[in-house]
Amino acid sequence: MSGGAAILVRGAGVAGLVTAVTLAERGAKVTLAEAGSRIGSGASWMAGGMLAPWCEAADAPREVTEHSLGSLSWWRSHVPDVESNGSLVLAPARDTAEITRFGRRTSHFEEIGAEEIARLEPDLAGRFSRGLFFPEEGHLDPRKALPALADRLVRLGGRLLLDQADMPASAGFDYIVDCTGLRAREALGTLRGVRGEMILLRCRDVSLHRPVRMLHPRIPVYIVPRADHLFMVGATMVESENAGPMTLRSMSELMNAAWVLHPGFAEAEIIEMGTGLRPSYPDNMPLVTQEGRTVFVNGMFRHGYLLSPWLAARAADLIFG
Amino acid sequence: MLFYGTRLSSPLMLGTAQYPSPEILSSAVRQAEAGVITVSLRREAAGERAGQAFWALIRELGVPVLPNTAGCHTVREAVTTAHMAREVFETDWIKLEVIGESDTLQPDVFGLVEAARILSSEGFRVFPYTTEDLVVAERLLAAGCEVLMPWGAPIGSGKGLNNLFGLRALRAHFPDTPLVVDAGIGLPSHAAQALELGYDAVLINTAVAKAGDPVAMARAFRLAVEAGRLAYDADPMEARDMAAPSTPLLGRPVLG
Repeated sequence: MSGGAAILVRGAGVAGLVTAVTLAERGAKVTLAEAGSRIGSGASWMAGGMLAPWCEAADAPREVTEHSLGSLSWWRSHVPDVESNGSLVLAPARDTAEITRFGRRTSHFEEIGAEEIARLEPDLAGRFSRGLFFPEEGHLDPRKALPALADRLVRLGGRLLLDQADMPASAGFDYIVDCTGLRAREALGTLRGVRGEMILLRCRDVSLHRPVRMLHPRIPVYIVPRADHLFMVGATMVESENAGPMTLRSMSELMNAAWVLHPGFAEAEIIEMGTGLRPSYPDNMPLVTQEGRTVFVNGMFRHGYLLSPWLAARAADLIFG
Repeated sequence: MLFYGTRLSSPLMLGTAQYPSPEILSSAVRQAEAGVITVSLRREAAGERAGQAFWALIRELGVPVLPNTAGCHTVREAVTTAHMAREVFETDWIKLEVIGESDTLQPDVFGLVEAARILSSEGFRVFPYTTEDLVVAERLLAAGCEVLMPWGAPIGSGKGLNNLFGLRALRAHFPDTPLVVDAGIGLPSHAAQALELGYDAVLINTAVAKAGDPVAMARAFRLAVEAGRLAYDADPMEARDMAAPSTPLLGRPVLG
């Protein structure tokens, strides 16, 4: 298949948007159809947006790191406001054994002490004596990055159709790329949803320059700074497909972590509590698969922003050969 | 030893939480040759059977399932969770946890006895997560329990068997009750030690799930419980203060 192919991409979450843009850049005539009334109506909107290939190695297979090394530069070259300030890993004083464990399983970090923590994040001065700093990582705000990608798609000549509950017929398209997450589960039998909960806080008393992971043996939590004094705190992992409202237990765990990081968060306003289901295969690794003229990009689990650029390139390779 | 009339294929009970993925969990269960797997039932997964996809993966492992009430802090919560678990997993076995202190996850033994009494009277086969306290153990048996699961150390701490005297006393006091060291095991050597003390099983979760290679660690635990069980059955020698040379030292004055 050469450039100029007509391709229908289904699902405008992070996988669909990144794939649509990638295909359009390779010369395809792309139509991106979304069932919902806006882009990013699934788990993508709730994500932290951390671009942290090295940190992920602590709990994810090696392939996640290998396939995401180009991710930060992909995002930087495609959407504005991608931060490259690294990420910080901390633990409450009595859980510093978790830092040892984290460091043993990861690489590309600097072991830092109180002074360096204070230099990187002045608001955390005097609060932590030990941490890990991963200088080569970054983060973005999904709620800015996805609309920016949609604009880019349109500038590349692509079409974006919302409210497509009945997806456009595949007639007239050379290829279909299905990025519909859990909606594709009938076609992709082993897919399941993993519940995640997050909160969005506004706090004028604390400022951070990079995502902070607070390690804890039971409840690991991350806090990602966003513009306008906003902070995203996430995310729980529950083997459930209940996308209903957040539980008090989860809320307490997330908020406690923020409070432990800095007592200034006690006065934060709670802007939003969100729940999403992460589409996941049994090994929690995403897959690009093909059935006839349909290519599926699915199973992003926790790694939608990190792995979409790599997966989109694989989907394009399948189509363009 | 029979657990409510059932002989387990292995003294290794394996928890299913916190693995990197369901696939790694499956491989770990196979490598562990676990006799029982425990599953926690969270409220948000039970409503409208939202945890179905994960439970299906658990059932496919073909190992007897012991649902638990992990994370419950009150009698009522634990009883409700047990009811949901019976419906979801179609078993009257329940590992009963009533947490009394959220930091150490220490059991609330008063609530535990009460919940055990209620559930036993409703026909549940209760596996209570308790401390090594003898009196509490007596009360649990009086409440209808036929198995005891004392902790080795706090859940997830990996500190091993912290009160050897207490665990030995429990074994000596209840020679006919199946005893399982439930929490705090961090290394295969801890598991072997529990079996060497004459315990009937051990329950492991964090030590396998949070290992760098959970599948290899599962195998290590299988070998450890096998070694511990063999050693116990082989009637180990008594430790003694004096050296006892295994070959006679002729011509040496040994008493002097």
